[in-house]
Amino acid sequence: MSIFIDERTKVLVQGLTGTQGRFHGLRNRDYGTKVVAGVTPGKGGSDVDGVPVYDTVEEAVAETEADASFVAVPPRFAPDAIIESAAAGVRFIVCVTEGIPAQEEALFFNRLRRDYPSTRLVGPNCPGVISPGKCNIGITPGAIALTGGPVGIVSRSGTLTYQALHELSQQNVGQTTCVGIGGDPVPGTGFIDCLAAFEEDTDTRAVMLIGEIGGSEEERAAQFIADHMTKPVVCYIAGVTAPPGRKMGHAGAIISGSQGTAQAKMEALTAVGATVAQNPTQAAQLMVEVVKNLA
Amino acid sequence: MDLYEYQGKQYLARFGIPSSPGVLCNTVDEAQSRADDLGYPVVVKAQVKVGGRGKAGGIQLAADSEDVHRHAAAILGMDIKGYVVRRLWIEKASDIAREYYASFTLDRAVKLHLCMVSAKGGVDIEEVAATDPGAIARLHVDPVDGLSVTESAKLVAEAGLDEVARVQAADLLVKLYDCYVQGDCDLVEINPLILTTDGRVHALDAKVTLDDNAAFRHPEWGELGGSEELDARELLAKEKGLTYIGLSGSVGIIANGAGLAMSTLDVVNQVGGRAANFLDIGGGASADTMVSALEVINSDDAVRSIFVNIFGGITRVDEVANGVVEALRRVELRSPIVLRLDGTNAEEGRQILAGHLSDRIVVEDTMVGAARRAVAMAGSNR
Repeated sequence: MSIFIDERTKVLVQGLTGTQGRFHGLRNRDYGTKVVAGVTPGKGGSDVDGVPVYDTVEEAVAETEADASFVAVPPRFAPDAIIESAAAGVRFIVCVTEGIPAQEEALFFNRLRRDYPSTRLVGPNCPGVISPGKCNIGITPGAIALTGGPVGIVSRSGTLTYQALHELSQQNVGQTTCVGIGGDPVPGTGFIDCLAAFEEDTDTRAVMLIGEIGGSEEERAAQFIADHMTKPVVCYIAGVTAPPGRKMGHAGAIISGSQGTAQAKMEALTAVGATVAQNPTQAAQLMVEVVKNLA
Repeated sequence: MDLYEYQGKQYLARFGIPSSPGVLCNTVDEAQSRADDLGYPVVVKAQVKVGGRGKAGGIQLAADSEDVHRHAAAILGMDIKGYVVRRLWIEKASDIAREYYASFTLDRAVKLHLCMVSAKGGVDIEEVAATDPGAIARLHVDPVDGLSVTESAKLVAEAGLDEVARVQAADLLVKLYDCYVQGDCDLVEINPLILTTDGRVHALDAKVTLDDNAAFRHPEWGELGGSEELDARELLAKEKGLTYIGLSGSVGIIANGAGLAMSTLDVVNQVGGRAANFLDIGGGASADTMVSALEVINSDDAVRSIFVNIFGGITRVDEVANGVVEALRRVELRSPIVLRLDGTNAEEGRQILAGHLSDRIVVEDTMVGAARRAVAMAGSNR
């Protein structure tokens, strides 16, 4: 099995007629994803390489029964695009758009939480989600993933997500699902949502978590691992040698109760029994050992 | 983008939040003449984007023109935690009865805005949070609902602000929320928010951090940008639209994505090298971006080798490769380059580079392998 998306997922691409939407939407289709529609206001009735384009998400859903959306539109249009999909009944939305104002993110996150609680948003500013061999929504290069599990991946950083997939596949360790949650201040889906889903998923037998400096999501994930995870978790946190980041004023430090350093995160994860690697390559090597011991 | 105190106050003023009248000065003479216009006493305040100015001696009360001369001369050029003072804000001194604290920022843990108010302002608020957490009243605000005057008034009372200040403070808090939301701030913090002896509530300091992602809908921000404190490399990178932080090592780093760029720094460090910089070319980078990145790295005299670490996703490796080829044509690179290319269109990218490889332009298969090579090259290229 996999989490969030599988071979039955029908995907519409918001912004399919744009450069990025076309390139990655068609790549997702080439991978085997059921890309059933595109949505661009004013371009309804046309098609992109055979994929029908509609003016609204509502029409696209009515015509094609799409149940997932890939949002690939510029920052100023992304908030409306996300809400439009949720309002049309789309249950799973991946938004890869980079550069959305944080105030907009906070607003649509809370609108979704209140008005469309059954819709899950992944992103914004994320690489997307791939269930290898079944469905790929977003910009993850499908070729670097390997089918068959047993590892689930959740990552805050886009390119490090690919790095992790690549390293595991090189070692012949497959993945059930890989979720790039994105590094923006208000991610629609967090580490804990994914850890919980992987814990539930029978085919996922170990989880790789990739974090980075800033915020306290990794520390909260550590607490969740301690309280709820029976499956082994291997972690890598980027930014051990990074220059001290821009400090978010005093208010930020008071809230998180943490300076958000890689060291603090690694310590929190080690303390709850997770295996913590020093770099992506070592993380894959440690996961290979974990998977061996599962058998 | 962090604003200077004076910029922060001007930003708050757009939303109707009062502060003391003042003027910006760059020289001692200017400070003196402008202070004469304002009327004494005045406060001479160092403008640097770092906390603890008061403790460092960067904020001084001046009773007359002579005082202003003495303090301005001492503060201009002063080094406060690594920031050299280049400008002063001279403002009319306030008769302070009480000092409070007020701020808005995002609470990432619950994904709601958080308003904090305290009657114990004017001091290090992190210390108040640690030693007397009850002294800070907190309210989570759902952006869908916004902040009402009623809620604001309740919070102000809960924080224990003096009766006489409450109506003004509650009104100010709603305006501060508007500034935070409509003004696209990551943080607005007033410490201290003061009650004057004649019963007025206003901002005596302002810390405002703007959300760079919102710049597209704030053309007025353009005039604030010139005040950034950047070194020559950082200025060039900024002109080129790159995310760059200068460091002190000898391996120039170019990567796509902040996570991979940070990880690249880590790996270079682990194999015994030191990075000269952090440079993220971002998602969907074009050949032009790559040319710019190489130009910036090439301008750094400390760089001895360049490590280009790309894992294509939205960024296409063939575009990156075209950028490298283009850069070789346009720029005389002083240092050898090690490239590690994977992901979207990696094969096409490697083919584009195939005809250009030499002992100064090499491709490595793995990130660790490439880091080792780059560190070794930096060592032998002195």
